[in-house]
Amino acid sequence: MTALLLRRLGAMVLTLAISSFVIFVAIYAAPGDPVTFLIGNPENITPERIAAVRAEYHLDQPLFVQYALWAQGVLHGDLGTSFYYQQPVSELLSSRLPVTLTLVAMASVLFVVLGVSLGVASALSRGGRVDSVITGGTTFVNSVPNFVVALGLVSVFAVELRWFPVAGEGTGFAGRLQHLALPAVALALGSLALISRVTRQTMVEQQTLDHVEAARSYGLGTWSIVTRHVLRNSLGPVVTMCGLTLAGMLAGTTVIESVFGLAGVGSLLVESINTHDFAVVQAILLYMVLAYMVVTILVDLIYPLLDARTLVRSDRA
Amino acid sequence: MTIDTFGAQVASAPAVRRRRRSPWTFRLCVAILGVAVAAAVFAPLVAPYAPDSTDFSAIWAPPGPAHWLGTDQLGRDILSRLIHGARPSLLGAIALLAFATALGVLIGVVAAWRRGWVDTVLARLTDVMFAFPGLLFVVLIIAVFDRGPATAVIGMGLAFAPLIAKFTRAIALEELARPYVDAYRLQGVGGVQLVARYLLPNLMPTLVGYLVVLFGEGLMSLAALNFLGFGSQPPSSEWGLMVQEGRAGVIQGFLGPALIPGLTIAVVVVATNVVGVRLSDKLAVRT
Repeated sequence: MTALLLRRLGAMVLTLAISSFVIFVAIYAAPGDPVTFLIGNPENITPERIAAVRAEYHLDQPLFVQYALWAQGVLHGDLGTSFYYQQPVSELLSSRLPVTLTLVAMASVLFVVLGVSLGVASALSRGGRVDSVITGGTTFVNSVPNFVVALGLVSVFAVELRWFPVAGEGTGFAGRLQHLALPAVALALGSLALISRVTRQTMVEQQTLDHVEAARSYGLGTWSIVTRHVLRNSLGPVVTMCGLTLAGMLAGTTVIESVFGLAGVGSLLVESINTHDFAVVQAILLYMVLAYMVVTILVDLIYPLLDARTLVRSDRA
Repeated sequence: MTIDTFGAQVASAPAVRRRRRSPWTFRLCVAILGVAVAAAVFAPLVAPYAPDSTDFSAIWAPPGPAHWLGTDQLGRDILSRLIHGARPSLLGAIALLAFATALGVLIGVVAAWRRGWVDTVLARLTDVMFAFPGLLFVVLIIAVFDRGPATAVIGMGLAFAPLIAKFTRAIALEELARPYVDAYRLQGVGGVQLVARYLLPNLMPTLVGYLVVLFGEGLMSLAALNFLGFGSQPPSSEWGLMVQEGRAGVIQGFLGPALIPGLTIAVVVVATNVVGVRLSDKLAVRT
């Protein structure tokens, strides 16, 4: 177990180092001098500004030293300063994170509960009407771009019915829940198809296995067979898929946040690209890659807890 | 039909049965794609108005005989904008897919053919791309090279290339294990010629089905980028951009300008997926 953990962590650190290097070196890929790129707006180019940028990014040093100094700063929580907001990027990020994390948490609850129940329902009525309605419906919803789904929800539930606010993230716990309800639904709808399909597939596979037949021959009821045996054994792939979807969501709230005008990390990313605030762009990309990686590794580590056989197999390999 | 395809059909039984029962869904989807392509090709001929002709006496007009789908915040005819928008929308997705396919197939085939360290290096390279979830890689490229349709298409192409490379490598490995490859090698056919003349044509059917499904995905992602304002810029009437511009109307209760192009994207994507799944079923008989 520890060997597996160490190997996974090593791979994660390596990937993180490479991807952070890619994010850092991107300033050199930009057309023109990195100084003018980092300053962005040509009107802002003053000798003081150039000196400040040179000092902050250590542009007079060799490339790898620059990267090492930048990475050292990042590891100490120094993500640089936003030129646009004139405040440390770390403060900016931490003020925006709660909205995004709440949104992702709400969406996750929704897609796990709805996706798994839809998958169970269609697996139980395999080949029937309910099954084809669920499969067809979720596949259709999956093909609609999420910003269109979001706008559809806004126009029906916020503009026509006035059940929910149109934009903003609300104050207080209840206000925030109400404000984030529509965005969370819009975010969750896109992943329903995937989750329900994986649930359905693994459950259908399980149902044909001998142990289910054995349980049935003992005279166990359908409900207890489904919950105790079929669902329990299909948990592995379902949890993995839910985890991967959640990881993707941490980095994929940008579109939904800008539809609903939420002041989260995703909308900050769009703003900072529009204002050429590259320090912020770098920090957000780094956060998203890190969040994605941490969640996928957590999922990997949870898997053996659900199915101890995988641990034995991977140790032998 | 071989045993393998039979197994694949059992796995997706309800979907297959539904398609069998109603071939009209397939025909309808082909028809929808045909209309979209026709709109893209003949846009100036069939559109009733110019896409950028404003009419301030008919702002936010509801659908009617003069404007079949109504008008937007500048009084521009939505139907005409939709028809003219087909060209940038479809061409963008085609360009990004062509770029991604060229790159991905090259990487995949070289990795499968050379194996060894080339394979390892290419696999690591694609792994780094996979470390950037979703559209993040594209966002990085746009942040560095500034907004614009070309940047969006190239960035998306780079993001899609690893997917295609992985898929191509898998099917190429399977294909390279077949006896005919050894037979050509025995005849003294060189590596490049063998891959280009004999291997690639045999990979094509499987690849095309996959690419059609990816086309839907590409269209959707590109529309999302345009919606964020990272791709096409006004006055283009690309569909994602139209949704973005119509957004302001939604709050005031004018739903058409945002939802009509949005639904158009959705319908085209659904049609592409149905056609793609059907094509890959038909083309992959050999495997």
